[in-house]
Amino acid sequence: METTITLEVQRYLPEKDTEPYFQEYKVPLRKKWVVLDALNYIKDNIDGTLSYRWSCRMGVCGSCGMMVNDKPVLTCATFLEECLPGPIRVAPLSYFDVIRDLVVNTDGFMDKLKRVKPWLITDQVKPVPEGEYRQTPEQKAEYDQYSMCINCMLCYAACPVAGLEPEFVGPAAIALAQRYNYDSRDEGRKQRNEELLGEGGIYSCTLVGECSEVCPKAVDPAGAIQRYKVSGAAEWWKSVVVPWGDT
Amino acid sequence: MAKTDDINTSTNPRYQRYRPERYSPRMSIFWWVHKKPFVKFIVRELTSLFVAAYAVLLIFQVRALSQGAEAWEALVAWFSTPFSIGLHVIIFLFVVFHAITWFNLAPTAMVLRIGKKRIPGGVIITINFLMWIALSLAIATLILAR
Ligand code: SF4
Ligand code: FES
Repeated sequence: METTITLEVQRYLPEKDTEPYFQEYKVPLRKKWVVLDALNYIKDNIDGTLSYRWSCRMGVCGSCGMMVNDKPVLTCATFLEECLPGPIRVAPLSYFDVIRDLVVNTDGFMDKLKRVKPWLITDQVKPVPEGEYRQTPEQKAEYDQYSMCINCMLCYAACPVAGLEPEFVGPAAIALAQRYNYDSRDEGRKQRNEELLGEGGIYSCTLVGECSEVCPKAVDPAGAIQRYKVSGAAEWWKSVVVPWGDT
Repeated sequence: MAKTDDINTSTNPRYQRYRPERYSPRMSIFWWVHKKPFVKFIVRELTSLFVAAYAVLLIFQVRALSQGAEAWEALVAWFSTPFSIGLHVIIFLFVVFHAITWFNLAPTAMVLRIGKKRIPGGVIITINFLMWIALSLAIATLILAR
């Protein structure tokens, strides 16, 4: 007989439940199965009412993030064998509103991404005949790491500040702001500062550091935020010492 | 534990019936006790109080100094009590913990490069510690070699 492992999956059906609860499922323990395979097995063979998000199954789309044994992970990149002996607790990402079962509401996160103006901002748009905006490999390397984010929101589920302070723009959005701030073609830092040096911005971060620990893409959002704090403070001092200067 | 009720005000009965009511988890004030990194974080934050305590002690010294020899003698006498020495030892240990944890975090805030190569975090931490030791020794000699 095949060995099995128990999954305790958090359920919440808004049409009948007022509180979430855990439901147990026994699934085959297969060597190459990730937690997402187990959820798919449940949905296909045991309980078709279970809801969760996923798409690529290969750590690219960022939609399968959940709490597995109280840790935010991509379920498509977490093997059942890593979670032995079980039971494995699967819950929706912490601090997010739950729409149904393991599906969380991402609206707030999407708004935060927009807040940091994640696009190239230039003072003057170069006319097309003048050619492209060029960049050396070294210049690209400056922001490369921050462009690796897949918007999986694991860093938000790891960040108690994001949980306590819903206004906090949060790790991935700040890393995204830095992705553009460090881009040699961009001139939008000032506009992003307006959003990020004030209320709910970078100074809400208390450097717990867990965002960088859980990030599956080594974006290091904690580093991005601390670097922003350093440059933000430097710019503030500069504005005090040389008030007439352009910071 | 509460539910939010802020979405979908549609009057279409079909949507009313299945209107999704979101579940919003609430954070308890003991959110940090369950996970080791969070406990470590809270302890690190609390050690700031001891750093502040040191600052307060320093202010008292400056005040005593400005009040003249008598006040200074009284403060030094109080500093020599076992209570005060014990207090200083405790504060010192927490301040050391504070300094070490912060120095270890320094590389996250500093991306330094030599040419194209990024200086590894370990090097930044080591430089910080060496500077700390050097400065402490310099100050200690200044005070002790009177
Ligand atoms: S920074 Fe990392 S953890 Fe956060 S959303 Fe992007 S990829 Fe996910
Ligand atoms: S399913 Fe796309 S990242 Fe996991």
